[in-house]
Amino acid sequence: MSQTAIAQADWGGGASPFGVTWQKMMMWFFIVTDALLFAGLLVSYGVVRIATGDWPAQSEVFSLTYIAAMTFVLITSSATMACGVKAAELGRSARAAQFVWLTILGGFIFLGMQAYEWSVFIHEGGGITGNPWGSPTFSQFFFIITGFHGFHVLTGVTVLLVVAIRAAMGRYSPAGVENAGLYWHFVDLVWVFVFALFYLV
Amino acid sequence: MEHGKQSFVSRYIFSFDHKMIGKQYFTLAMTMGFIGGILAVLIRLQLGFPSKPWPFLENLFPVGMASGIMTPEFYVSLFTMHGTIMVFFLLSLLPVSGFGNFLIPLQIGARDMAFPFLNMLSFWTVVPGAIIIIISFFVEGGAAASGWTAYPPLSAIRSAIPGSDLGQTLWLVGMIFFVASFTMGGLNFVVTILNLRTRGLRMMRMPLTTWAQFVVGILGLLSFPALAAGALLLTFDRSLGTSFFLPAGIFIGDTLMPHEGGTPLLWQHLFWFLGHPEVYIIMLPAMGFTSDILATFCRRPIFGYRSMVYAIGAIGTLSFLVWGHHMFVSGMSPFLGSLFVVTTLAIAIPSAVKAFNWLFTIARARIQFTSASLFGLGVVSLFVTGGLTGIFLGTNAVDIQLHDTYFVVGHFHFIMAGAGLFGAFGAVYYWYPKMFGRMLSERLGKIHFWITFVAYYAVFFPMHYLGVSGMMRRIYDPNVYEYLQPLQPVNLFITIAAFVLFAGQLIFIYNYFASMARGKPATENPWNAAGLEWSTPPHPGHGNWEGEIPDAHRWPYDYSEPGKKRDFTPQWEA
Repeated sequence: MSQTAIAQADWGGGASPFGVTWQKMMMWFFIVTDALLFAGLLVSYGVVRIATGDWPAQSEVFSLTYIAAMTFVLITSSATMACGVKAAELGRSARAAQFVWLTILGGFIFLGMQAYEWSVFIHEGGGITGNPWGSPTFSQFFFIITGFHGFHVLTGVTVLLVVAIRAAMGRYSPAGVENAGLYWHFVDLVWVFVFALFYLV
Repeated sequence: MEHGKQSFVSRYIFSFDHKMIGKQYFTLAMTMGFIGGILAVLIRLQLGFPSKPWPFLENLFPVGMASGIMTPEFYVSLFTMHGTIMVFFLLSLLPVSGFGNFLIPLQIGARDMAFPFLNMLSFWTVVPGAIIIIISFFVEGGAAASGWTAYPPLSAIRSAIPGSDLGQTLWLVGMIFFVASFTMGGLNFVVTILNLRTRGLRMMRMPLTTWAQFVVGILGLLSFPALAAGALLLTFDRSLGTSFFLPAGIFIGDTLMPHEGGTPLLWQHLFWFLGHPEVYIIMLPAMGFTSDILATFCRRPIFGYRSMVYAIGAIGTLSFLVWGHHMFVSGMSPFLGSLFVVTTLAIAIPSAVKAFNWLFTIARARIQFTSASLFGLGVVSLFVTGGLTGIFLGTNAVDIQLHDTYFVVGHFHFIMAGAGLFGAFGAVYYWYPKMFGRMLSERLGKIHFWITFVAYYAVFFPMHYLGVSGMMRRIYDPNVYEYLQPLQPVNLFITIAAFVLFAGQLIFIYNYFASMARGKPATENPWNAAGLEWSTPPHPGHGNWEGEIPDAHRWPYDYSEPGKKRDFTPQWEA
């Protein structure tokens, strides 16, 4: 058996206690790790914000309607992703691929909206070392938290593109769609926390 | 298992085989440990003979040892990099990444890790990290100099001290590589142990080594993100001028820094949220090795297996709730401090469970004194010594007096560094036959043990006295304070003992490499041990078992059962 064949062979071990494949479990554990990375950033933001005191009112800096629209786009893309995973599970590969492409579209719209939001923010004076609204850490955390999340969305879109292109080439597995979907839902869920904790609270 | 033709590259360099990857980690970790040891010798050189010129060292470090006298800046870089290299690149890589990779599939009856490619990737991610860390010694300004804890503002303002410049940046880059590698490794460990166990190997039949590696994998996955987040923010502070960790009003020389709004305490919280679980990432595998080794050489089932497993879980859980005990003097609310005292002292309970279970395993046993079992007993000794001083330091009232003194240095060199290192040594002596198909020299091994054990106590035990006498940690020349001058003979004694300790490790390195070629060929199961890993051929190929994977019919500690002919029943026998 060649090296790669050894590596890819199914060793068949017990799947208990969770009864899922190791690929899916690995994705779950990775999501936990990644979630804690965001938790670290959000907790840091909380600590600094409390220590600083003069935090600007977000509703005067951002158009919350616009942010809500971004949130809507991302949540919608999660819905199309869920449809794609279900279609893949039912074995309807063409249908699944369509939904994955829709999800990718949603991801790109979100990224475009975020790019516009950043350009407005920078245009109004928000910079990495200071801003006109209050503590300089306000704009710093804005850039690092939304930027880090945007980077995750970009990663998710890339993963979905790989899935969609592989599907177009006929190399497609329902488990692969599901794992990509898990990551995508996670990225969306993080945005809900960012929206709530950075823009609303 | 039949082998395809493998080129040199696919067999020894970009290998998918978990055993080869484990050995690659060994080589890397031992190289880094050797370098870290040299740094320790240089530190002791300065403390034993303050500011004495050593002209021959000028050739090696033209800036740091100009005209042979160590500069304070170089000294600060030395202990920073000693800590970083030893904690992350020796004590995490050797027992966790090295032995974890090597042992987990053998002990659970799997042909490889779940995701061999990711495994290879994790090794080749940590290699550039290690190289960057070493290179940082030779850049402008020298290596990072803010301690292995990298507290801002020293680590966040590039102009603070020479080491805060490029050296600190490279430190951060190296650590990011390390975190990425360790995360990949942890993912592999956890899913492999959960999903790839052979038939019959229930979780409660796993060897304690595998249990420890399982919990360590989880600890790594949960704690390293905090460091990654902190490192990200620190990189921004350093390169883009943000002020996450920097409050207003910091002066460097006569220059007022433009930062405002941040808090350096935030870094301490993020760092220690990783830093304390990291201590157990180092400790738990050593505890696992010790349990397996002591059971084998006492010919006894490990005492209280179930409580050992629960203790590993309890230590892992509690390790996330105690990070504040590193920050008692950082201006924390005393009430919060008391909370951290309670959680810290609570760890003493599962720790004591482990220590007593080892003692009950040893008690009245006919111990076979091999190099491995001696190091196993050494772990118990160091763990108890270090654990007792841990109770001093975990109590905030006492810690405020002892914080950042040599008492702390003595304490953690016993419990974390010492027990971790002795556990790793014991594991090498124990599993070496499976690694290279040959035995290590027992005679050299015993000489190595006694030199290491005696010298280790000689180096680190007196440090407690230094600490109580008020000698502060990280001090360049204690003799600048009159009240510390009478302690110079103690420092000289420690320095001489440290040289002996370092020299003793050369025996081990010689033994390790010489036995690969000239050691006595090993049999399949040289120690008559019961664990599943001993059912493989002496030098297992990729795939581990020639035929089918054996089933696990029992736990791995069936020794000296009454009424049986042999004094052990292997795990793979019905």
